[in-house]
Amino acid sequence: MSALRAEARVALAIARKDALAELRGRHATVSTLFFAAVVLLLFGFALGPDAARLAAAAPGLLWLAVMFAGILAVNRLHLLETDDGALEQLALYPVARRAIYAGKALAGFGAMLLLGLLVLGAVGVLFAVDIAAAWPPLLATVILGALGVAAVGTFYAGVTVRLRAREVMLPLLMLPVLAPLLLGAVKATSAALAGDPFGELAAWLQLMVAFDVVMIVAGLATYGFLLDD
Amino acid sequence: MKTRVLGVAALLAVAAATFVALAVVPADLNQGDAQRIMYPHVASAWLAYLSFGVTALGGIAWLWKRDLRYDAVALAGAEIGVMFTAFAIWGGMMWGRPVWGVFWQWEDPRLTTTALLLALYVGYLLLRRLTDDPERRATRAAIVGVVAAVDIPIVHFSVEWWRGLHQTATIASPDRVLDPAAPMAFVGTLLGMLGAFTLAWAYLMIRRYQLARAELARQERVRVELLAAAR
Repeated sequence: MSALRAEARVALAIARKDALAELRGRHATVSTLFFAAVVLLLFGFALGPDAARLAAAAPGLLWLAVMFAGILAVNRLHLLETDDGALEQLALYPVARRAIYAGKALAGFGAMLLLGLLVLGAVGVLFAVDIAAAWPPLLATVILGALGVAAVGTFYAGVTVRLRAREVMLPLLMLPVLAPLLLGAVKATSAALAGDPFGELAAWLQLMVAFDVVMIVAGLATYGFLLDD
Repeated sequence: MKTRVLGVAALLAVAAATFVALAVVPADLNQGDAQRIMYPHVASAWLAYLSFGVTALGGIAWLWKRDLRYDAVALAGAEIGVMFTAFAIWGGMMWGRPVWGVFWQWEDPRLTTTALLLALYVGYLLLRRLTDDPERRATRAAIVGVVAAVDIPIVHFSVEWWRGLHQTATIASPDRVLDPAAPMAFVGTLLGMLGAFTLAWAYLMIRRYQLARAELARQERVRVELLAAAR
């Protein structure tokens, strides 16, 4: 039990380090948020100006914007470690590998949660969707979605961080894996916004929970091999 | 030599199964000749799943035993799996056009799942090409292959649900023929095609594995020669 607590402390320390670096430098947040906003605007141009159509497409647009921007966010969090050989230092610490993954994923989760909430607000404003009325299920969806993107993104950013073609490979590897999460998140968001007329909301949230659990376990189990290679 | 015998046997078996599927077995009453596509289509899909399973197992074996032969098995599985996946999708589209009226049917969970499968493993193969060091490549590929394999069931169920929750008329799928109530001629032909394709699969796997080993051996030789020249 105490070993687990020690690992949790390591994870929290790594997450805090990433948060601190981000707060001081603000490399990722500003550019990532701006990118998400631009994506939303372009979606509006691509599908608009029919307000009803935009409102109908809003859940899909929300999650595509979050996932596209999420690629930048998780990439940024790992690029942080490539400066000055920090990743090698991290790998040298005598701590469990899964604690390092948990820490990086936790930092990613924080970033994704912030991003998800802000993009949700922007979707509410831009596409005239009433998000205030359905806020509890929407919050649950954003939390589960952010967790899934962070878990998968941290893993694949670790795979691609030392590749030459990192910018192409990260989305290429990550987005197909995220497809079930996208399905679940979009469906849960639509159901929540419509007041869950068919009682399907819980099923979609369960799907997202299952995805998150499987991907976090896979990440915890395999991330160590990446650090050691 | 033995491999060559297997290759010839596979070729003859595929030719015979194709002949039976095209000329011997009667056409389906509802779908007509288009239904004949089902035989290679189902066989390819089955081999695609088998290949990706081999890739995942090969990856796990590499991580465990650190023997590059397992990585060669994983590579063979992924490459041949991608080929069979593409063939299955292509066959499905050719079948869908006359039967459904469209090449692509978003309502069909298997089609969309298979397309995602293709994307997952094309990514896997691209990742392999971007890493030069054999052991590092094997490790990265292994974990990506394992995560992809873990993702497959989730993809499958989510897509099934996604379609199921706004259910429309389900159109007779090619696999219906596997129903025991179906005439034995169809089942027999399908089983024959499965066997023939599996033989071809085994032959391709062995050859691809040998090729991967030869490539690695050559790389090693070149490196030794370069080292010797440098001295």
